[in-house]
Amino acid sequence: MAKLTIQDLKKIKEGASKEMSLRDEAGKVKVTVHMGTCGIAAGARDVMASLMEEMGETDRKDIRVVASGCMGMCSSEPNVTIEIEGEKPIIYQHIDRNKMRQVFKRHVLMGEVQTDFALAKM
Amino acid sequence: MKKVRTQLMLCGGTGCHSTGTPAVREALEKEIEQQGLSEEVQVVETGCNGFCAVGPVMLVQPDGIFYQKLDPKDIPYLVEEHFLKGRPVKKFFYKEPDSKETIPGMNDIPFFAHQQLRVMRNKGLIDPEVIDDYIARDGYFGAAKALQEMTPEQIVEEVKTSQIRGRGGAGFPTGIKWEFASKSPGDVKYVLCNADEGDPGAFMDRSILEADPHAVVEGMIIAARAINAHKGYIYARTEYPLAIRRLNIAITQAKEYGLLGKDILGTGFDFEIEIYEGAGAFVCGEETALMRSIEGKRGMPRPRPPFPAHKGLWEKPTILNNVETLANIPQIILNGGSWYASVGTETSKGTKVFALSGDIYNIGLLEVPMGISLRTVIYDIGGGIPKKKKFKAVQLGGPSGGCIPEQHLDTPVDYEEITKVGAIMGSGGMIVMDENTCMVDMARFFMDFIQDESCGKCTPCREGTRRLLQILEKICDGKGEPSDLESLDKLSAIIKDSALCGLGLTAPNPVLSTLRYFRDEYEAHIYEKRCPAKRCAALLKFEVDPELCTKCGACFRHCPTEAVIWKKKEIAVIDKEKCIKCMTCFEKCKFGSIF
Repeated sequence: MAKLTIQDLKKIKEGASKEMSLRDEAGKVKVTVHMGTCGIAAGARDVMASLMEEMGETDRKDIRVVASGCMGMCSSEPNVTIEIEGEKPIIYQHIDRNKMRQVFKRHVLMGEVQTDFALAKM
Repeated sequence: MKKVRTQLMLCGGTGCHSTGTPAVREALEKEIEQQGLSEEVQVVETGCNGFCAVGPVMLVQPDGIFYQKLDPKDIPYLVEEHFLKGRPVKKFFYKEPDSKETIPGMNDIPFFAHQQLRVMRNKGLIDPEVIDDYIARDGYFGAAKALQEMTPEQIVEEVKTSQIRGRGGAGFPTGIKWEFASKSPGDVKYVLCNADEGDPGAFMDRSILEADPHAVVEGMIIAARAINAHKGYIYARTEYPLAIRRLNIAITQAKEYGLLGKDILGTGFDFEIEIYEGAGAFVCGEETALMRSIEGKRGMPRPRPPFPAHKGLWEKPTILNNVETLANIPQIILNGGSWYASVGTETSKGTKVFALSGDIYNIGLLEVPMGISLRTVIYDIGGGIPKKKKFKAVQLGGPSGGCIPEQHLDTPVDYEEITKVGAIMGSGGMIVMDENTCMVDMARFFMDFIQDESCGKCTPCREGTRRLLQILEKICDGKGEPSDLESLDKLSAIIKDSALCGLGLTAPNPVLSTLRYFRDEYEAHIYEKRCPAKRCAALLKFEVDPELCTKCGACFRHCPTEAVIWKKKEIAVIDKEKCIKCMTCFEKCKFGSIF
């Protein structure tokens, strides 16, 4: 490998800190995929996979993806909760790969709540 | 770019390695693969997390959940429950020792909550074997600043402003040491790192090297620039295999990136580092002996002056700094000396890393701001003394230090204050002792260590420590005479006056500090032939107190020589003919009925 200059050092820092941003706990947006047995049976794994594909495409460092247990509304699974700092959490219901993509692009990145898929505001 | 959603920061320090990190890692990776989570969950092996008592430990990010005492056979359950279904597993949460309350979040655990991390800021956050992780946390930006924007004089000035003092024990101001060496004439100079950590109960340097080896490398580059040296050595003991392995990886990676070698970062400055493995002699932690050892000679101290800053390794101007000191340097350069000096007391600035061990709940590694009281360290961070026993003393500074009893527990962590109460700051070993520790026996242990490690060059240390040990052994054996106390005092004073190096000069400290605070225990051994802590086997009668005996038979079941006579519902009796004084019955009796 060629010798580094200070500019290279800065580039490495940028690149590596993207991967490491998870380790600083604070994030502005929290996307929770409810992955209880009911959620997984209804397709939460697929939802998570499409969410992670979307995550891979964005440069945002302040989004945290969390898996959590069943929230009690098994009939409306797969459920996804979006919490943006300073706003009320929104729960979405019957999410699939496509809906997840739309929610991520429109709500998480642009802040427009997708009322068509929403179950409740908490 | 692919992203993962969860990172498992698995502790890979020596402590957790020995309690099972490799097996846990294997089980984790296998199960993650099996559950099809490989693209979502990533295992990162970090350096020492510090909470060695409950290892193997793991921090789950971004949840911030802390798991302790992981067992490979429970991993499949953990992976399915938490990483797939998102339900944290309570079984592996930290439990408060007394209330048994579980605490899931790492930063809510008292052990972590009271700490202030500077040297250990990367612990558990980076993979020590990946240089990019270190760079992402501002790594090598201190070196870049020092090489590009600062003159050597400015570097020395910044370190002087920070008022950092040597973390190896003696506490000499680092900036002044560097100034001497930078002003020493000569075109060949050396930067050395002292990683020959030898105090019983000390593991700070090892953990820093394992968790953040690049910080030490970067500190050495800056030091080299400050005194214009082009060659450095890290003197580490062979018994630190993991630290040496990670250092070697760090040096190789830094070379590949051109952060070591010729023309560093295109600034025209050259610097190389070599690791020198020491065989593990205590005396080689003394600076002049360490230099002799690197030269390939027998590790023995020589009189000073000339000081190493003028004539050190191969008679060239040399600076020698401790691992912790060097690991502080990059941040001092990056954030400024006054930032560093903003924490601490009048004469002691910054933070100090301690290795807490002995009779305490939370054995491990911690970093606290200077000025915090020993009581906070022991009770709030350390969690107090197990089994509802009483605190007796805390030993600071290893064989060169002393012990501090209960009445001085409010002493702040400060070089001068700790010296006032008869101990030294030392390199950071902190051994807590409960009421069952015999202080004469403790002094005997340290003296045994010192006389064993004495290099033998000067008579006071070679002969004097041996005599001290013999007197202490005599007292522990119940053969002590009244004149022994006077001999201990006198001999200690002579050694303190006349020994050649720092180790010899401080060698009598364990005796002096126990004599100062626990003279009554010495007197009980000598005059009453009694060991108040019931530790010295020769002074125990091995009889059963009928009033305390609960007739449980624990002594009977455990006696290896069948010397205990006991039947159900009867008080035990010990047959002195058969008894070999092995202390087993004494340790097994929960009611203290054997005396």
